[in-house]
Amino acid sequence: MSAPNKSYDPVEVEALKPEVVEQARDEAVAAFAAATTLDELKQAKVAHTGDRSALSLANREIGALPPHAKAAAGKLIGQARGAVNQALAKRQGELEAERDARVLVEEAVDVTLPYDRTPRGARHPLTTLAERIEDTFVAMGYQVAEGPEVEAEWLNFDALNLGPDHPARSMQDTFFVQAPDGSADSGVVLRTQTSPVQARTLLDREPPVYVVCPGRVYRTDELDATHTPVFRQVEGLAVDEGITFADLKGTIEVLVEKLIGGGLELRWRPSYFPFTEPSAEIDLQCFVCRGESVGNPDRPCRTCSSEGWIELGGCGVVNPRVLVACGVDPNRYSGFAFGLGLERILMNRHNVADMRDMVEGDVRFTLPFGMEI
Amino acid sequence: MRVPLSWLREYVDLPAGETGRDVAERLVRAGLEVETVEQLGADLKGPLVVGEVLSIEELSGFKKPIRHCFVNVGGANGTGEPQEIVCGATNFAVGDKVVVVLPGAVLPGPFPISARKTYGHTSAGMICSARELGMGDDHNGIIVLPPEYEPGTDAIELLQLVDEVLDIAVTPDRGYCLSMRGVAREAATAYGLPLADPALLDVPPANSFGYLVKVDDPAGCDRFVARTVVGVDPNAKSPIWLQRRLQKAGIRPISLAVDITNYVMLEVGQPLHAYDKQRVDGPITVRRAAEGETLTTLDGVERKLAAEDLLICDNSGPIGLAGVMGGASTEILDPAAGPGTTEVIIEAAHFDPVSVARTAKRHKLPSEASKRFERGVDPEAARAAAQRAVDLLVLIAGGTAEAGVTDIAAPHPVRTITIAADLPDRVAGTAYGRETVTRRLQEIGCSVAGADVLEVTPPTWRPDLTDPYDLAEEVIRLEGYDNVPARMPNVPPGKGLTEAQRIHRRIGVALAGAGYVEVNNYPFLGEAAFEALGLEPDDRRRRTVKLVNPLNDEEPSLRTTLLPGLLGALRRNIGRGNTDLAIYETGTVFLPKDELSVAPRPAVDHRPSDEELAALDAALPDQPRRVAVALAGERLPSGWWGKGDQASWADAVEAARTVARAAGVELTVRQGQRAPWHPGRCAELVVAGTDRVVGHAGELHPRVVKALGLPARTAAMEVDIDLLTADGPQKVNGPAVSGFPVATQDVALIVDAAVPAAEVEAALRSGAGELLEAIRLFDVFTGEQVGEGKKSLAYALRFRAADRTLTADEATAAREAAVAEAVSRTGAVLRGA
Ligand SMILES: [Zn+2]
Repeated sequence: MSAPNKSYDPVEVEALKPEVVEQARDEAVAAFAAATTLDELKQAKVAHTGDRSALSLANREIGALPPHAKAAAGKLIGQARGAVNQALAKRQGELEAERDARVLVEEAVDVTLPYDRTPRGARHPLTTLAERIEDTFVAMGYQVAEGPEVEAEWLNFDALNLGPDHPARSMQDTFFVQAPDGSADSGVVLRTQTSPVQARTLLDREPPVYVVCPGRVYRTDELDATHTPVFRQVEGLAVDEGITFADLKGTIEVLVEKLIGGGLELRWRPSYFPFTEPSAEIDLQCFVCRGESVGNPDRPCRTCSSEGWIELGGCGVVNPRVLVACGVDPNRYSGFAFGLGLERILMNRHNVADMRDMVEGDVRFTLPFGMEI
Repeated sequence: MRVPLSWLREYVDLPAGETGRDVAERLVRAGLEVETVEQLGADLKGPLVVGEVLSIEELSGFKKPIRHCFVNVGGANGTGEPQEIVCGATNFAVGDKVVVVLPGAVLPGPFPISARKTYGHTSAGMICSARELGMGDDHNGIIVLPPEYEPGTDAIELLQLVDEVLDIAVTPDRGYCLSMRGVAREAATAYGLPLADPALLDVPPANSFGYLVKVDDPAGCDRFVARTVVGVDPNAKSPIWLQRRLQKAGIRPISLAVDITNYVMLEVGQPLHAYDKQRVDGPITVRRAAEGETLTTLDGVERKLAAEDLLICDNSGPIGLAGVMGGASTEILDPAAGPGTTEVIIEAAHFDPVSVARTAKRHKLPSEASKRFERGVDPEAARAAAQRAVDLLVLIAGGTAEAGVTDIAAPHPVRTITIAADLPDRVAGTAYGRETVTRRLQEIGCSVAGADVLEVTPPTWRPDLTDPYDLAEEVIRLEGYDNVPARMPNVPPGKGLTEAQRIHRRIGVALAGAGYVEVNNYPFLGEAAFEALGLEPDDRRRRTVKLVNPLNDEEPSLRTTLLPGLLGALRRNIGRGNTDLAIYETGTVFLPKDELSVAPRPAVDHRPSDEELAALDAALPDQPRRVAVALAGERLPSGWWGKGDQASWADAVEAARTVARAAGVELTVRQGQRAPWHPGRCAELVVAGTDRVVGHAGELHPRVVKALGLPARTAAMEVDIDLLTADGPQKVNGPAVSGFPVATQDVALIVDAAVPAAEVEAALRSGAGELLEAIRLFDVFTGEQVGEGKKSLAYALRFRAADRTLTADEATAAREAAVAEAVSRTGAVLRGA
C-alpha cells in the first residue's frame, strides 16, 4: 500500500474512476441476481466482495490518496459497496426462502399413517360408574365407606331386621361359607347386599353419618343376559337428627340428574325391605322411549321392555330396629338408605344388551369406555 | 298371586272402562308389585260355540286314530245343518257337548280357522281342546262340557276366555295380598270404593258335637276349625266358572273337593285341607312329631319327620304336615279309580308362621299353603273360609253340612299399638294431619282411638303391623309417595375420599394409562386352579375359604390370589382373537385366619358388646386388596415404524413399579422364586428400605403356561395393595433444583453374571455420595470380550453440586469412589482398566 501523496490524484488512479467503480458495482449486482442457488451466490459473493474483488482493491487505493481526495473516493466506494451488499442480502433472502420452501415440501409426510404404537388401556365401566356416583355424593359431603365381601350373617341379615326365620331371608339366595367343621353353621356368608356396610358404619361412628358404600355382592343366580351371581351395588346411608323420606327423595333426584340427566319422571313405588320402613322402589322413566312404548306394539322399546319404567333401586327410611341393633338412639336420630344396582344402571345408561359382557373381561367391551364414564 | 280382573270386580265395583293396566298402575302406586298384565284371549276371534256330537265315524288306515264327525252347532254356522269336522282326539262320544270353532275364527297363536280337506273329508272347523283355547296347557283332550248347554251357545263367554290377569309379586310383609280379598281391599282403597268382603259370612257358632279335634301344641296351632259335609256326590265335577278361575289364577283343577279348598284359599287367603272323613281314623290331634315318625305326603314322597315338625294326626299316626301338605292316606279319592269320597272333613287352621316356614324348608316343600302361613294368615278368617267351602260342597256336590262345628281357639291378646299422631308426618317430612292419619289407618282395617296419641288396633289379617313405624308406612304409602315433597338434608362438610381410596383410584388410572385394560373376575376357584399354577401341596394359597353351596362344585373356594381369574380372562380373550393383551384386575382375596372360629349371632335389641363385635370380625377371613396384571403377545406393536416389543417379565415388573409409583411407594426388586413364576425370571417386590415383600412379578413358568394353554412368555404380576401402603402416605419434600452445570461420566463394570444389577447400582449410588444426581444403566453386554459367566454393565453418572460448578477432578473423584464401592461390594472390575 502506498503512502499518502499530496500530488496523487484519484482521477488518475484507474481503479477509483467513477465509471470503473460503477461498473464493478453493476457487475456484482448482476452476478448476484444471476445466482440461482445459494452456492452460486456464495461464489458470486467471494468474487465481488472478497479481498480480490474490484471494489476491495479500489478501496485499498483510498489510503494512498491525498487527504482532500479521500472523502470523495471513500464516498464513491462506500456507496457502491452499500449497493452491492444490499443486493447480496436481498438475493440471499430470496434464495433461502426458496430453499426453505423446497425443503419443507420435501420433508412432508403422510400424517394419516396410523400410529397405534402406544397400547391403549381402559378402566372397567362398572368401576368408573361407581366412582361417578361416589363423587356425586362426596361433593354433597358424604364419605365413601367400605366393608368386607365375606361378611358375618349377623351384619348381613340380623342387624338389618332380617331374623333367622324372616321370609325375606329366603328371597336372597345366599352363598354360605363353610364352618371350621365343614357345616353351614359358620355364621358367615358372602354378603348379599352392601347394606351390612351401613350397619358397620353405624357401629363405628356417631351420627351424623352420611356415607355411600360401593361394592361387590353375591347371590346364587346363574349367569345369563340379565343376571350375574357377582354384581355391584352402591348403598347410601344418612343418619342424622330429623332425616325424613323427603330428604331421601331430594337426594335421589339430585343423583339421577347428575347420573342420567334431568327432565325424567321418577316413580316411587311402595315396596318392602326389612331394613327400611317405609320402603320404596325407584323407577326412572325410560329415557329412550319416555314411556311411549307402553301398550304400543309398533314401537317396542328394548331398554325398558316396553314397560315405560326402568328399575333404579330400592330405598327407604331406616327401620328404627336397625338403629337399635347398631346402638343408635332411634328417638333422637332417623335416617334413610338406598341401594342401586350398578350393572342395571350401566345397561340402561350405555345400552349394554347382555350382562355377560360386563363379566367376561373381553377387552373389546371395556376399551371404548376409556378412563371415565 | 295371579288376579283375574273379572274376579276382582266381584268384590270392588271398579269403573267399567278400567283396564288391567289401569288397575295395575293404581296397585303399583299402592305398593303391590304387578309384574305383568296378561291379556287372555286378546287374539281370539269367534265363532266359537257349543256343539253336540251327532255322529262319529272312526277312520282307519292312518297312523293315528282319526274321527269323522258331524256336530250340531245350532244356528251358529248360518245353515243349522250339522257341521262336518275331522278330529284327531278320541275322548268324546256321540251326544257329548263340545266346543267347536267354525271357519273364519282365529284361535290364540294366532291360528286362523278355515274349512279344508283332510283325511279324505271336509273339516269345516275344529273340536277344541283346552290348550288350543289358551286355557292352560295341562289338558290335551277335547273339552267335554256339562250336558246342559245348548248347541250354538257362544263359548267365548261361556268359558270366560277373554280376561286380564294381573300377576303380582307379593312382598313378605303383605301376606294378606295372597288372596283376592286382600288385593280387592287394596284396590278398593286405591279407588276409594267400598269392598264386598268375601269373608263376611254367616257362620254358625262353635258347638260340642263337631269332629273331635285335640290341639296338643297351642303355640304351633292357635286355631283349628273343622267342618264336615256328608252325602257328597263323588262324581260331581267343578263347574266351568270354578275351573276357569283356578286356571286363570295358575292352579290346576283336580277334583271338586280339592278345587273348592283351593278356590276358597285364593278367595280369602285361608289355606284349607279336605280329608276323606271315612279314611280318618278317630279324632284329629295336632302335635309335634316324635323321633323316627314318617309320613307319605300327597305328592307320594315318604318323609322322615323331625321333632320340630308340627303334625295333624289320627289314631293311625301322622296324616298331614301342618300348614304344608296333607298326607296320602286320607286324600280325597278319585271316583275314576274306585269308590269316590262321599264324606269330607274341612280343616281351616292357623299355624305358627315360623314353624311352618321351618318345616317347609326342612322338607324342601314350599306349597301354596306354606307360602301363606309363613307370611301370616288372618286367624279370624278360618271360620268363614270353612263355611265357604262347606257352602260350595253343598251347592255343587249336593252334600249335607253336618251341624257340628269344631272351633278351637287359643286366646289371642288384642294387639294395640300406640302411635304419636304426627309420627307419619315426621317420618315423611310433610304434614298429613291427624284426621288423614286416622282415616288411612281405618281404611286398612285398624280401629283407632285417641287424639295426639293414637291407640291403634290393627286388623287380624295384618300381623305385619307391629310397631308405630309400620303404621306410619301405611299412611305414607296410601297418601302416595309421589306426594311426599323432595328436599335436601343439611350434610355437614365432608372429608372427601380417604387416602386409601385415592390410591386405589390412582392405581387403576396409572395402569390404564400404561395400556392395561381392567377386567373383573368371579372370585370362585377350585383345586384345578392351584394345580395349574403348580403350587406346592403346602402352599399357603391352597388354604381357602370354602362355600357350602357353590355355583359349581368344581369351584367351591374363594380366591387366595387374583392370578387364576386373570389368566382365565387372558385365555378367554386370546380364544376370541385378541392376541396382544395387557389386562389388570384389582380386588380382594380371601385368606383364612390361622385360628378359625364361628361368628356369633348377638341379640338385635341393643348394640352388641365390643367383645361380640370383635368375635364377628375374628370369624371372617382376612380380605386384603390386591392388584394383578397379565400380559401376552406384543406389548408394543410392530408397525410401519418397525418391530415392536414382545411382552416380557420386564413389563410385569414395570407394572409393579407403576402401581407403586401411583401409591407413592418406592419398590426394590430382588431375584425371587415363587410359583407360578419362572424360577429364573421372577422378581420379588419389596418396599424400599424395608424387608416387606408385597408381591411378585415376572414371566410365568413354562409348565404353567402350558397347563393353562397360554402363549409362551406370558408374564404376570400380583401385588398386595394393603401391604404396599402399610406405612401410610409419605410426604415428598420439594427438591432444591441446582442451576449449576452437570458433569456426566460413564463407567462400565464387569461382574459375575449372577450379580443383580440392582446391587451394582446400589453400590455405585452409595459410593458416589451426595454429588450424584442421577444414575442410569444404559447397556448390558455379555460375550467373549467380557469373558465366560460375566456381564458388563455400563452406567451414565450425572454429578452436580448445589452451590458450585464441579471441576472435572471433583467429578472424577466421585466416580472413582462409586466404582471403588462397587468393586468392594460386588467384585466388579472396571472395564478397560
Ligand atoms: Zn323405553
